[in-house]
Amino acid sequence: MPPQRSGVAVTETEAESATATSAQEVRPRSKLASTGEVIGLYAICLFGALAIAAALVEFASDKGSWTTVYTVILDGAVRKPGRWGLTLGVAAPILLVALGTTVSGRAGLVNIGQEGQLVIGAAFTAYVGTRIGGPGPLALVISLAMGVVGGAIWAGIAGALRFWRNVPEVLTTLLMGTVAANLVGWGLRHRSLLLAPPEGRANRNQVSQPFAADRHIPRVTLFGNDFPISILLAILLAIVVWLVLGRTVVGFRLRMLGRNARTAQRAGVDQKRYGIGAMLVSGGFAGLAGGVMLAGGDFGPYQLVADFGAGIGFAGLLAALVARQRALVIIFVAFLFAGLRTGSGFLRATGVSARIADVVQGTLVLAMLLPPAILYLRARRRAIAATSSRT
Amino acid sequence: MSNFFSALGDIFTNESLYRNAIIATVVLLFAASGEVVAEKAGTINISLEAMMLAGAYAAAVGQGRAGVWGGLGMAAIAGLVVAGVQANMSHRLSADQFVVGLVLNVLVLGIVGFLVGSNEPASHIVERTKVPVLAEVPLIGPALFDQPWVLYLVYPLVPAIWFLVYRTRWGLEVRAIGEDPNASDVSGLSVNKLRRQTIYLTGMVAGVGGGYFLYARSGRFEDSLIGGRGYIAIAAVIFGGWTLKGTVAGCVAFGLVGSLVLTIPSLGYQAIDPAFLAMAPNVVTIVAMTMFAKRVRQPAALARPFIRGLK
Repeated sequence: MPPQRSGVAVTETEAESATATSAQEVRPRSKLASTGEVIGLYAICLFGALAIAAALVEFASDKGSWTTVYTVILDGAVRKPGRWGLTLGVAAPILLVALGTTVSGRAGLVNIGQEGQLVIGAAFTAYVGTRIGGPGPLALVISLAMGVVGGAIWAGIAGALRFWRNVPEVLTTLLMGTVAANLVGWGLRHRSLLLAPPEGRANRNQVSQPFAADRHIPRVTLFGNDFPISILLAILLAIVVWLVLGRTVVGFRLRMLGRNARTAQRAGVDQKRYGIGAMLVSGGFAGLAGGVMLAGGDFGPYQLVADFGAGIGFAGLLAALVARQRALVIIFVAFLFAGLRTGSGFLRATGVSARIADVVQGTLVLAMLLPPAILYLRARRRAIAATSSRT
Repeated sequence: MSNFFSALGDIFTNESLYRNAIIATVVLLFAASGEVVAEKAGTINISLEAMMLAGAYAAAVGQGRAGVWGGLGMAAIAGLVVAGVQANMSHRLSADQFVVGLVLNVLVLGIVGFLVGSNEPASHIVERTKVPVLAEVPLIGPALFDQPWVLYLVYPLVPAIWFLVYRTRWGLEVRAIGEDPNASDVSGLSVNKLRRQTIYLTGMVAGVGGGYFLYARSGRFEDSLIGGRGYIAIAAVIFGGWTLKGTVAGCVAFGLVGSLVLTIPSLGYQAIDPAFLAMAPNVVTIVAMTMFAKRVRQPAALARPFIRGLK
């Protein structure tokens, strides 16, 4: 079969497995009823997830009830003065990481090393941003670009190994996360790499030199809240990713690769090129997130420290999973997760461990995995029943 | 140069090097010997980390109420609970196994962190038990046979796993579904059920491993106790080329490296930055996977969900 221009020859439903398509045909139900069913299923799962977290607060700790936890988190995330600005600042890197995850995930690749890619990106940004001269804004853009390059290199290694030697990218990205953290920790011990000059820091403090004031990401003040403009950039990029994945040939090919690699190959999609490309983009986004964290000001005083990632990479990955890799939904999930993070900062006063935010995040993701899986299985069971009753 | 060799001699005749190496190896062995079975059946079980952590926490809580044996039992149950979620979500509902595993790791870390923050379990260390005669062997004797008795559980465990996988009908079926699930399905094996069973086994063994590590290491539970050892155990399985022998070798190698990280600075040598030693297992695994990826044959259906009627 000669390679054809995709988009003409194969439609997306055809690229899916044939059985899944027939499952939709045989379903003898009204659209409204099935939509109601889907919404109900999601609601039950969501409720279950929150109930588990609430039960944990009620029964496993004697410090507070779930209602106080709820109010306190809401206070810390949006209601108290200056808090929603902080939430926006935290949401920016989460959103960026999640967007990258979407690109690679749609191409059928499982990149779970965002935390490492983010840290490498931050390190590249810190190295370049404290060393080059030139006007502040230009230096900021260049150093952020270097962050993108750093993250892309880190993910690109995994992508290259995947398509060159067939090494599972799940494991390489995961393992390289630890490598990245150690590498940056090592860099922070050497003056020639990342460590700040001895004046202006405590003797054994392993931190990088802070960014000069003219290289910070500009902040906007609105109704008493201030936030870096990086969140606007991130939202813009979310729209771009949505458009590229949903409305362009490149995006179509990526999705086809993810749905059914064999069909994609037959339709003339270069698996290597698109696969490695998706990994590079994914890592680049994570690297940019690292740079934005460093230059944005919501994560410490504009300098790199050990453990700089602070779980943002994982939060972004989970956000992409909850949103089922839809770029526009991710925006809201990123805000939700950022709110959980900033809100849980207020929990210390109540004595409830702030880790409850992680629990809520985790149960939410698990709950969001359930409905599509149940629906898919049911559709398949019906399809099998339909075919066997025909024969 | 002679300096270098005397340093090497210094390091490798140090008894605590071997003691630490064995302690680190055994926790990997507990986890990896279960993982090898799961991977033979076709699952890359990322939630190993969560199983170990849950086991360690349950052991910390359980020993206060029911002693060390009770703690280990609770550890097995805790590992089994995590395994239940992983197995049923990925091999009953056919959700993506990596996603489920990763989320479980984050979730269990969160839950355990929350519980420890609310009420911290008391610490308890298990005393060393000396095995007569064997413990007198110089250098490695004390490391292998003068340890907390919980460690000795691993000695029968590994042969038992070997017997289970290579000498029983169940083991044959497990290996078959990892190689060709469709053919196995047609032959009447319940592919997903068997896969779930292997994950349950992994969960129990890894949970006990977590409990062991708690008792052998510090006795004090912290949520950073496992600290990525689950991932290293997965790496050991891959490093070992999906054979039990290779996996044991991988665990020993990574355990030794982990122990060197502790021993070299404590002897006053600073030739190698500890950061590089800490990342060594991961780098070695990636290099090994790259070199052997084409030669070592992984289970053919590894990481592919089985849904009847879909290739």
